[in-house]
Amino acid sequence: MNFDYNEEQQLLAASIQRFAAKEYGFEARRQSIAVHEGCSPSVWATLAELGVLGLPLPTEFGGFGGGALDLVSVMEAIGEALVVEPFLATVGLGARFIARGGTAAQKMRWLPAVAQGELRLAFAQTERGARYDLAHVATRASRVGQGYVLDGDKRVVLHAPCAQQLVVSARTQGDAAERHGISLFVVDAAAPGITMRSYQTLDELPAADVSFDGVTVAPDALIGVEHQGFALIEEVVDFATALVCAEAVGAIGAANDATLLYLKTRKQFGVPIGSFQALQHRMVDMVIRHEQAKSLASLACAAVDGEPDPARRRRTVSAAKVGIADACRHVSQESVQLHGGMGMSEEMKVSHTFRRLTMIAQQFGDADHHLERFACPQ
Amino acid sequence: MDLDYSAAELAFRDSVRGWLREHLPDELRRKVERYQPLSKEELMRWHRTLATKGWIAPAWPVEWGGTEWSPVERYIFEEECGYAAAPPLIPFGLAMCAPVLLKFGTDAQKRRFLPRIYRGDDFWCQGYSEPGSGSDLASLRTAAVRQDDHYVVTGQKTWTTLAHIADWIFCLVRTDTTRDRRQEGISFLLIDMKSPGITVRPLVLMDGGHEVNDVFFDDVQVPAENLVFEEGKGWTVAKYLLGHERMNTGRIGASKRELEKLKELAAREVRGGRPLLDDARFRDRVSRVEIELMALEITNLRFLDRLRGGRAPGAEVSMLKIKGTEIQQALTELMMQAVGPFAQAVRGGDGADGFEALDAAYAAHYCNYRKTSIYAGSNEIQRNIIAKRVLGL
Repeated sequence: MNFDYNEEQQLLAASIQRFAAKEYGFEARRQSIAVHEGCSPSVWATLAELGVLGLPLPTEFGGFGGGALDLVSVMEAIGEALVVEPFLATVGLGARFIARGGTAAQKMRWLPAVAQGELRLAFAQTERGARYDLAHVATRASRVGQGYVLDGDKRVVLHAPCAQQLVVSARTQGDAAERHGISLFVVDAAAPGITMRSYQTLDELPAADVSFDGVTVAPDALIGVEHQGFALIEEVVDFATALVCAEAVGAIGAANDATLLYLKTRKQFGVPIGSFQALQHRMVDMVIRHEQAKSLASLACAAVDGEPDPARRRRTVSAAKVGIADACRHVSQESVQLHGGMGMSEEMKVSHTFRRLTMIAQQFGDADHHLERFACPQ
Repeated sequence: MDLDYSAAELAFRDSVRGWLREHLPDELRRKVERYQPLSKEELMRWHRTLATKGWIAPAWPVEWGGTEWSPVERYIFEEECGYAAAPPLIPFGLAMCAPVLLKFGTDAQKRRFLPRIYRGDDFWCQGYSEPGSGSDLASLRTAAVRQDDHYVVTGQKTWTTLAHIADWIFCLVRTDTTRDRRQEGISFLLIDMKSPGITVRPLVLMDGGHEVNDVFFDDVQVPAENLVFEEGKGWTVAKYLLGHERMNTGRIGASKRELEKLKELAAREVRGGRPLLDDARFRDRVSRVEIELMALEITNLRFLDRLRGGRAPGAEVSMLKIKGTEIQQALTELMMQAVGPFAQAVRGGDGADGFEALDAAYAAHYCNYRKTSIYAGSNEIQRNIIAKRVLGL
């Protein structure tokens, strides 16, 4: 048992924190959103230089062979600084599909480019009516000759507007909610037949609804075994869920820090409002939430790294997501309340952290979804 | 980062587990599992079993019988005992009076009391709270007046756990009423419960149990050699004791056992033709407690990890106390609800109709466990401590 970062993890944590402090302050983030729609080329280049983009990729394909636990400090820094760049979409989801399900040729083709910062990815999965059910895939991939033709609509595809390639789930067999019959494809985001309706999410991430209308893909676009993509989707989404739990821990810490500072500096009735016990106890409960969230995030990351039994992995990740979702709601709501009217203001970072925490609570499934999955791990 | 125990720690855990399996008497285990009160003889029987093994006072210095276990090994031992439903080790002698004597006591006091505490010859209780002094401990009024080679003690302590079976009591008393700061003028005295002038009166709690007492002191003569540390410096001793609280306040092991019992209970109970545990409303509440417990176990281990350099635990203990007791209380409430209407009966049936004696114990246990967020520094006091010490508010 050891909860310290090893030497490499410490160095990484230090460099990512330095990056966040120097190059991704609140104003720089605003610029990235305003000018680059959340995909700043210079930020992406820096992340590649820091080695963060290749960290969890296999060493033979330009990566460093790390796992989710190695990414904890990165995700916490992303959460603290509210980084809107496509890190999770590219590294946590897109590249993970290729690394875990792809052939050697596919890995060689895509992964070094991810590590070097030349390729951004997004995962096109959610559809109308699916809610958080990963098996609900109605988009069709029909066999035509050696390749496939994709038809269907994907919703709220995070970071699709700045992705060059999309990993798309589509049905090659069966009915919309069946687990069997789902396949995964890497598809050029600019392929003929793809239409994107882009927008910004509540938490200022770029996203798009993506339509596929007779999109032709080559046979080597298939990732993993045809019809058997569901298990891979579950595994990769669990990986990304563990990462987003660690991101939440960083954002919760930032919300707490900002709130504590506010309690110490804001004066009413001639005294700092932090001298009021009614507020002190609420602040303490937020801090306890942070500690518990940190514990759950490390449990989830350890499970996606090392748990060989998928049922136990699912159960642990869902446990973490329930606790994290509850913590996100509690801390975000309290941080705004304790900031008073200032907490409502667009100018205050805490109102942005509120939005991100609110969305993380639901990303990859809300507490109710994961309570069900925790108690009944299929 | 590695969340698993090391091979050596796992081997240690297995050896503790194996020893407990062999040496924990079934009748004691069953009583603990069923929330039945243990007599002094039963408590001391288990105490002596551990003392014989050499495991009764792991945290003490090795020359007084300590085991030199690491904080993690101590944690493992305590959690294994809790999980196995071993009788509780009453902390007043082993974990409260003894650390105080080791830090502040004279050699004579150490030699006189420590071996007796170790062997279980003396049963101790704690004289802190008074009728007007609960969370505001420094307002205490029990007076000790020095007369020649002894003190004369007059006043009242209350909520004194197990005073009715105790041989000794350690007390905070006021030896000087002239000081402006209330924390000054308090002294730490060791008092023989057989002294003339001491009266113990039971305080029966709402579950019908007798754990706590009023203790009255009426001109009780206490030899001056029973003063610990300097006269008037008792608050320093009390603060040290507060900081010496152990890291097992989360009581993870016992809560794991209770959670398993709750799930068995809820799988046995039937609602609408199906096990209660399949009822989404009930199951989700069980799951949320289980998830909190999973988190608290890691939180506890993370806090222990911080002590590796020999640092004393600080406000971490307060967090563990708050979360640990919230979980314990939630479990008792869910168990009471799981047995449904049977919870209303205060005496159990004979097992016919699935109505077992234990079913009637859950509501009483629920009542009893409301104490956990009140005792040992109420959870509100714990929040004050965190606000002050960690957050600087």
